[in-house]
Amino acid sequence: MTDVPFQEPTGEGSGRDAGGLGAPSGSDAGAERRFVRTAFVRRKERFEAWARGVFLAMAAAMIVPLVAIVGHLTYEAWPSLGLEFVLDIPRQGMTEGGIWPAFVGTLYLVGLSLAVAAPIGVLAAVYLNEYARDNWFNRVIQLAVINLAGVPSIVHALFGLGAFVYAARFGYSILSASLTLAIMTLPVIIASTREALAAVPRSFREACWNVGATRWQTIRSIVLPNSISGILTGVILQVSRAAGETAPIMFTGAVFYKAIARGDLFAYRLDEQCMALSMHLYTVTTQVPNVRESVPYATAVVLLASVLLVNATAIGLRLWLRNRKRW
Amino acid sequence: MNPTAPHAITTKGLNLWYGTFQALVDVNVALPHGLITAMIGPSGCGKTTLLRCFNRVNERYGGVTTTGEIRVLGRNIYDPDVSLIELRKAVGMVFQRPNPLPISVYENVVFGLRIHHPRRELSRARLDEAVERALTEVGLWGDLKDRLDARATSLQLEQQQKLCIARLLPLKPEVILLDEPCSALDVEGTRAIEELMCELKGRYTLIIVTHNMAQARRISDECVFMLLGQIIEHRRTEALFLQPADSRTADYVEGRYG
Repeated sequence: MTDVPFQEPTGEGSGRDAGGLGAPSGSDAGAERRFVRTAFVRRKERFEAWARGVFLAMAAAMIVPLVAIVGHLTYEAWPSLGLEFVLDIPRQGMTEGGIWPAFVGTLYLVGLSLAVAAPIGVLAAVYLNEYARDNWFNRVIQLAVINLAGVPSIVHALFGLGAFVYAARFGYSILSASLTLAIMTLPVIIASTREALAAVPRSFREACWNVGATRWQTIRSIVLPNSISGILTGVILQVSRAAGETAPIMFTGAVFYKAIARGDLFAYRLDEQCMALSMHLYTVTTQVPNVRESVPYATAVVLLASVLLVNATAIGLRLWLRNRKRW
Repeated sequence: MNPTAPHAITTKGLNLWYGTFQALVDVNVALPHGLITAMIGPSGCGKTTLLRCFNRVNERYGGVTTTGEIRVLGRNIYDPDVSLIELRKAVGMVFQRPNPLPISVYENVVFGLRIHHPRRELSRARLDEAVERALTEVGLWGDLKDRLDARATSLQLEQQQKLCIARLLPLKPEVILLDEPCSALDVEGTRAIEELMCELKGRYTLIIVTHNMAQARRISDECVFMLLGQIIEHRRTEALFLQPADSRTADYVEGRYG
């Protein structure tokens, strides 16, 4: 910047507009006071800082319960934790030992329920998103999906009891419990799959239609490959929900205790009842006297860790699949 | 207009509604075979809607009702035995934003073949030949012959748009519909696409919707002016721009509104 010979600087920062470029001559004194904070601006800035602080605090507060829960559980569970706890069966009237039957039972329940719910949910979502026109029939379907998602799990439990245990004569069994869980997770799978499908740009579909691709060809060659990461994530996130629910399986197929061999992965048949982690947690906490204190906590830690592990897998899978696609 | 010239597309009493809004009103038009016809008019005049009628892709957008008749190469495309798949194979469309599929260049070009032929009919040699021919025809072969495995979405916009045209060619289309194909491109890209259109003329019937009157004037043989869902004027391009018969056309081409 060259020297500006005229105009003695009269105050702080006046050098900036001292050149008076384009400023009406004789109003330089007024120019100094341009664009400075007024009292009202200062007040707005105070509010701005305050609002930001409050929102940040609320967001940060989310960390507290997570850390508190995980920390407390791990601390209390510490004496029992270890691989042995997962692999061993409950001993001494469930007051000692491990949780293997419950762990395997949860694997069975979650695996089977997703094996049923995922294909049905994904295919239904494809229909709703890609084929359905806006008519009364499809509106009824959508309404059903939304309402199904809002049904409390204890009501699902009663439905499962009536429909699968009695009406379909599956009895109290892994099959009944899994189907109940499947019905409970279906609407959420449908919703998340639809979201993933809707995220595929319409221009891709247009490109396909305009070379004469059928809807199915469009879906198979373009829509599904580009939405699979979202679909899988949505499905996998339902694992945690299915693993954590107690009510639906309590009514339909989970038992307090079942004797199976230690470390046996194929311990259950589908028409048998099984133990489950969520149910086991409830049992050892409230129903069994003189349980070693760390046992319920360790059960909770195993449940939590398995769910977090599955969720982490989902995130990893999503990242991996997303990196392979580029729009 | 030369009444003896064969027409690629004719419409008779074509009306179209989106829900209750009438977007096309009694459209009667005959578009010449093997030439470039431009459709111009202000936004919302129905030119894109009319374009989308020609391969009935409108119907995929839902809420559309159509009455009247559209003949493509003499065949009424609303006849019940017309297959939309075969129709769209013959009448392809290019869009405003280039929309290559998120797969390789090679797969983009053979996408149509793969869709319309069972796998066993498609030998590697046949696909390779189709790719080379289509890319040569749109002038991309030299640039892309070593990058056929590259992702189509990673190309420059101009190349993407040429690729979108190339994607139609292996299906041997009769008509290529272009919906403002240059509006996302810069000057060079626009020039390249325009030159390509002029080269494709004769072998294919090209129908282009454009906002750009200068472009319509540069490249088209005939020009259709539309307003509020109606065809106001349809003549040879020079005639439409130099001696418009309708005062609304005159005002529009002189830029008094639009």
